[in-house]
Amino acid sequence: MKTKDIIRNGLWDQNVVLAQILGMCPTMALTSTATNGLGMGLATTAVLVVSNMAVSSVRGVVTEQVRIPVFIAIIATIVTLVDLGLNAWMHDLYKVLGLYIALIVANCAILGRAEAFACKNGVLASGADGLFMGLGFTAALTSIGVVREIIGSGTLFSQASLLLGPHFAFLETRVLPGYGGTLMMILPPGGFLTLGLLLAVRRRIEMRRDARHCGGVVAQASHCGA
Amino acid sequence: MNVAALREGISYQGVLLALFSTLTAAALVVANGFTAPAIHTAEEQDLEASLRQVLPAGFNDNNLLTDVVRVKDSTGQDVEVHRASKGGTQQGAVFKTSSVGYAGPIVVLVGISRDGAVQGVRVLRHAETPGLGDKIEVAKSGWVHAFEGKALSNARWLVKKDGGDFDQFAGATITPRGVVKAVKEALEFHQANHAAIYAAH
Repeated sequence: MKTKDIIRNGLWDQNVVLAQILGMCPTMALTSTATNGLGMGLATTAVLVVSNMAVSSVRGVVTEQVRIPVFIAIIATIVTLVDLGLNAWMHDLYKVLGLYIALIVANCAILGRAEAFACKNGVLASGADGLFMGLGFTAALTSIGVVREIIGSGTLFSQASLLLGPHFAFLETRVLPGYGGTLMMILPPGGFLTLGLLLAVRRRIEMRRDARHCGGVVAQASHCGA
Repeated sequence: MNVAALREGISYQGVLLALFSTLTAAALVVANGFTAPAIHTAEEQDLEASLRQVLPAGFNDNNLLTDVVRVKDSTGQDVEVHRASKGGTQQGAVFKTSSVGYAGPIVVLVGISRDGAVQGVRVLRHAETPGLGDKIEVAKSGWVHAFEGKALSNARWLVKKDGGDFDQFAGATITPRGVVKAVKEALEFHQANHAAIYAAH
């Protein structure tokens, strides 16, 4: 598979959240602020890259019958390593994300990529797939977080310096001064509403693009689907 | 027997699983050994920083982490009490209490002077509704500062709605009620166990 396709699939065509609708637990639980979404996305990306490469490098040894337990053991180990590392060296961030790091194991996007890509492709290609799938996931989570945070609390990237270091304190802005916030957007329903909205936006862009490709050309209509 | 046939055999699968379990377990043991000291340090710094928050600056000059006594509360549970002293004189104590809020337990850390006045209160853990009940966090509002200087004798330990001295929030009464109860219980515990808390080592 060409690198261009890997990038395109990860970021848009097969975006974990917006196209595959996978990993809904972190998507709902950790997007009440843009910073949380970004942090969870980056942690998941790190796990995805390493787990994809690990799975790919043992794909010749592991048999069909026991592949799932082996993959899960690999993924669980990597997640635990990330958990320990964050707790030891990025303790402030760990206090924000700590509860959810362990849940990355259960993010079906990770096992999904191991099954769909890493166990059939080379180590480098699998690493790239993990990276761009992860970045696509991060972009989706951050977008949902941006919408929820602005409407929900009137701020943007609050506590970003905790995640990215003091140099990024400038990201922390109060978008709507004097705005008290809309509680529902921070609570779980806000996650569903925002996800639905973004899915609709994505669908609209896709439809526009298809319409442009096929606009009025009857002969090509077959590949555009019904 | 060729390799392809061997791979299909049950023993190959068993050995493979055992191998991977051993490898991953070994990786975790190594990583745990590697990170344990850093995690321990980070947690101690965390605890120290929060202990310091509930005492006024210059209140004590001892190490709060090491001057600890364990005192049993009325339910028989051990409470870890960190004692503050200055120049060898005991000034007060810091410890955790908890009560039930709107959505599960609220854990608060209370600093109390030896004569029974609250020096500071911080909510360490809660699961209250974001935007309503979370005003008990010092990062969200200054509400917890209302406890400072209050003692059992100079305040009515209820929220205003129940005839006491402490504000409730619009839309959230159960949460502040829980915090007020926790702080009151801390003061009662401090009074009842005064001798045990300030006993010499």
